[in-house]
Amino acid sequence: MSHGLHIKDLTVRYDGVTALDRIQLNIEEHTTLGLVGESGSGKSTLARVVAGLIVPDEGIISLGDEPLTRKRSRAQRKKIQMIFQNPDASLNPRLSIRQLLSEALLFHGIVRRSELEQRCLELLARVQIDGSALDRYPHEFSGGQRQRIAIARALSVEPELLIADEPTSALDVSVQLSVLELFSSLKQELNLTMLFISHDMGVIHAISDTVAVMRHGQLVEINSKDRFFARPDTAYGYQLLSAVPKMPAGTYSRRDTP
Amino acid sequence: MLAILVLLAILIPVISPYDPSAQDLRAFLQPPSADHWLGTDQLGRDLFTRLIYAARTDLSIMVLAEIIPFCTGIFLGMLAGYYGKWMDNIISLVTDTFIAFPFYLIVIIVAFASGAGQRGIFITFMLVGWIVFARVTRGVTVSLRQQEWVASAQTLGLSGIRIMFRHILPNVLPQAVVVLMTDMVGLLVAIVTLGYLGIGIAPPTPDWGTMISDGQSFITTAWWLSAMPGLAVVYTGIALSLVGDGLADLWRRR
Repeated sequence: MSHGLHIKDLTVRYDGVTALDRIQLNIEEHTTLGLVGESGSGKSTLARVVAGLIVPDEGIISLGDEPLTRKRSRAQRKKIQMIFQNPDASLNPRLSIRQLLSEALLFHGIVRRSELEQRCLELLARVQIDGSALDRYPHEFSGGQRQRIAIARALSVEPELLIADEPTSALDVSVQLSVLELFSSLKQELNLTMLFISHDMGVIHAISDTVAVMRHGQLVEINSKDRFFARPDTAYGYQLLSAVPKMPAGTYSRRDTP
Repeated sequence: MLAILVLLAILIPVISPYDPSAQDLRAFLQPPSADHWLGTDQLGRDLFTRLIYAARTDLSIMVLAEIIPFCTGIFLGMLAGYYGKWMDNIISLVTDTFIAFPFYLIVIIVAFASGAGQRGIFITFMLVGWIVFARVTRGVTVSLRQQEWVASAQTLGLSGIRIMFRHILPNVLPQAVVVLMTDMVGLLVAIVTLGYLGIGIAPPTPDWGTMISDGQSFITTAWWLSAMPGLAVVYTGIALSLVGDGLADLWRRR
């Protein structure tokens, strides 16, 4: 129990409905956990609780050896960053890209003012966005580009854990692939620890090391990726896998290893 | 339209040869003519000059009396909308209580209590003026709060105050400014009404309200005395509304 994310007995209830039911989950450092499940199974709630946006009713979340308090400190918040599903909504429309990227850098004193420009450009380069973007506004970019900018901003505070809640679902199919490739390469370059949520089995297969399945607020299966995709332990896991539409044999090649 | 009025109000000492308070009893109650564009009143004062000087008083009071309520209203509205819970309960309780009273009732009571004149208007507006802005801002903030960019700012570890001012304020301001324009019309009418009732601006400072009530006694012989200041109020009201509409359109297009 040294690094990585550890969740113990996490429970969240909304007006009598149990959204998360005694979740137990560990994510090893530098690995990616793919979280799957149908809509309403509690995936996003789990993401938001881990990100500190929802206060759980019970349970402990700890990052490394440090349990996260119910009311998180700035330093604790900084360690966990989240990428949202819809990049149209996750960037404030009235701030320029420069303002969006530099705000947290300055607020947490991560860089000095003189190095700010340089750091912003580095962040943009890392997500393959041209430096000329700095003085433009979110609405001038496409969905995929906006999602890249959101990723750059999340990375700006050098988080220990990155949560991605359906980060490709709102994007065009063609763009999905490139954003997914970006995640894979960032994962390798930066040794990220990630909680990656998707209902797309192909996406999960491409990015995860471990797969966790949620249903009705409970975690029903946790398995290594290879085992899960070869032979899931639970009937529900099998059901999810068999629900994936397949292309006719021969034309079907999935983006297994980007 | 508004620009013309403001320009006139600034330039009037240059344009008009008359003093707004200078009496000329030989030339009282004259109809509009080349010398006196809008005629003169019962004391022989040039109506056009007084009208524009009154614009100076009324408009400047209007703007000054709006500034502080505008700021406090937005701040309280953001607090209520952003933090919700008990903060929201308290602020909403206060706004709802004030709204239960008719506006003019409060205005007249406070104006009497604090004595006639500008001070009364300022005090009244400090008390009730912020309510409109607080309500509008609260509503907008509550809906903005659901946006993911607020959530992402929170995960970045930014402080609540910072999120309010850097992230929410720029998104609230357009609506608030449009409301400001409409609210100013209301305030202008209130100032004029108080003047008309004799508890607003004290004579001899020119003010549209007092001018209307002074002219009332001569309404059959010299109709322009009351009609002109009345039209001035209408003109300003329309001008302010147009500015508000224009701004709203501008922001909607962005």
